[in-house]
Amino acid sequence: MSTPTLRTGEPLVHAVNVSKSFHDNHVLRGIDLDVYPGQVVVLLGPSGSGKTTFIRCINQLETIDGGRIFVDGELMGYADKGGVLHRLKDKEIAAQRRDIGMVFQRFNLFPHKTVLENVMEAPIKVKGENRKVVEERAIALLGRVGLADKPAAYPGQLSGGQQQRVAIARALAMQPKLMLFDEPTSALDPELVGEVLAVMRELAASGMTMIVVTHEMGFAKEVSDHVVFMDGGVVVEEGHPNDVIGNPQHERTKLFLRRVLAEEEGE
Amino acid sequence: MTTQTMDRPGEINARPVRHPGRWVAVAIIAIVAAMMISSLVTNPKWDFGYAFQIMQQSSVINGLWMGTILGTVGSMILGVVLGVILAVMRLSDNFVLRGVAFVYTWFFRAMPRYVLLAIMASGVGYLYNKFDIGVPFGQQIAKSLGLSSDLTFFQFNWNDYSSTVWIGILGLGLSEAAYMAEIARAGILSVDKGQAEAAQALGMSPGMTMTRIVLPQAMRVIVPPTGNETIAMVKDTSLFIAANVITELYYQSTLFGSKAFKIMPGFVAATLWYLIVCSILMVGQSYLEKYYGRGFGAPTGKKRKKAEQKIIAAGADH
Repeated sequence: MSTPTLRTGEPLVHAVNVSKSFHDNHVLRGIDLDVYPGQVVVLLGPSGSGKTTFIRCINQLETIDGGRIFVDGELMGYADKGGVLHRLKDKEIAAQRRDIGMVFQRFNLFPHKTVLENVMEAPIKVKGENRKVVEERAIALLGRVGLADKPAAYPGQLSGGQQQRVAIARALAMQPKLMLFDEPTSALDPELVGEVLAVMRELAASGMTMIVVTHEMGFAKEVSDHVVFMDGGVVVEEGHPNDVIGNPQHERTKLFLRRVLAEEEGE
Repeated sequence: MTTQTMDRPGEINARPVRHPGRWVAVAIIAIVAAMMISSLVTNPKWDFGYAFQIMQQSSVINGLWMGTILGTVGSMILGVVLGVILAVMRLSDNFVLRGVAFVYTWFFRAMPRYVLLAIMASGVGYLYNKFDIGVPFGQQIAKSLGLSSDLTFFQFNWNDYSSTVWIGILGLGLSEAAYMAEIARAGILSVDKGQAEAAQALGMSPGMTMTRIVLPQAMRVIVPPTGNETIAMVKDTSLFIAANVITELYYQSTLFGSKAFKIMPGFVAATLWYLIVCSILMVGQSYLEKYYGRGFGAPTGKKRKKAEQKIIAAGADH
């Protein structure tokens, strides 16, 4: 089902030499990554390899210490004024995030708002869009993720899989250019993983540009165009999923894949 | 009742545990209650008729509205608004803001409200009997530059307000803010960090994240103790006399009592009013708790009905 890698035009995400430390802990040590429009990129790696930190840097939930990240040609977090970088104001950073959707491991739906209110909140309050228009779009999106019958439920009344699908609809309601997924199925019971992956497959097939941190090898093999294996804050190996997963070159990649596949079989 | 069939044990029909201690307690309570009722009925000094008359006096009603209730509402509004601001300052990255909020909370929590009210009413007026609102150090600057104006926009005389409910509200509100700051801080910290991250990821500014996402959820933790604070505030308005504010329930009720040498009916009149006001507040508090608890329990009747309508409407699209 994997589509051929599209490399037309400029990359949508252009990350160069990105580094980040928390105190003395160097989490990212010079990451380069280009993601082209319509591509689905999967980040693999053991926990602590920096994959989650890296996608959080893309939408500025973490600030980077070195390197540059461009999304759609725009430098994230800073304004380059004649070679001198000026940190952007909070509002300007908020504006940069509007076009980037993010789905979290723990869903993070707003528990005090209904499903429909969760999906409608940002387009109305952040973009100032017309309520009627947003409501139509929100109901359509809930139908797309298979939750047309739940608009008035509160997140606390839904299963984990349903909550995560609402979270995807909420991110899509902002009509983003790029979707980031931070281990979207890791907090789910095994029997609920499939319904979320199905929504993500459909989204990938529709042409959305996606960066996905996941341990789901099946998804990586079948849906992604490009797999990046990270360990210790660096990119160890990257390429087509058939190569990286099917025929890994590096010892660390082989070790990781053996462990993950053994776990999958154990289940 | 059912006979045991074969070897399988049947219904349990055991003797309950006896609680002789409870019967002793009930007897003691009954005796004390009887003594109290006897006192209320037989001692003419209670004079409930006069207490009810005091409760209906226009000056007492006026004191209730313009002192006790206005004072409570005013000082709670000031306390909550200032308290939330202080809580946000306490959680700021800027250490000056954090420090200011900490010192404020420390000072006003340590100040007895009675002393604070006395200072507000007399002390401040003793230091400065009038306030000039204008450019900071305007008079000094104007003098050194030889200007005719002293850069003052308007003046107001502190003593004009010193015996009014406004001074009482200011004093109790400043004190309340210190307690509300701690309550609001606990509420804000109770909201999962992922909530603010999700809001930011959707492009919300820090201000919108706080007001639309974090604070409404913090309210669930903030409302119950704030209800307690409000009820406590109703009673603390009886301290207004420290600020020479006499338009207030307790002062007005006991004034009638002492004028007629019927002290106890005066106290009873004030007590009954306090009980009524606090009972109403407790009912209001439980409604507020239900409202801010939405999404954390079963949906209420109205919400469920709305939900069912939405489901039907959504179903029609397919």
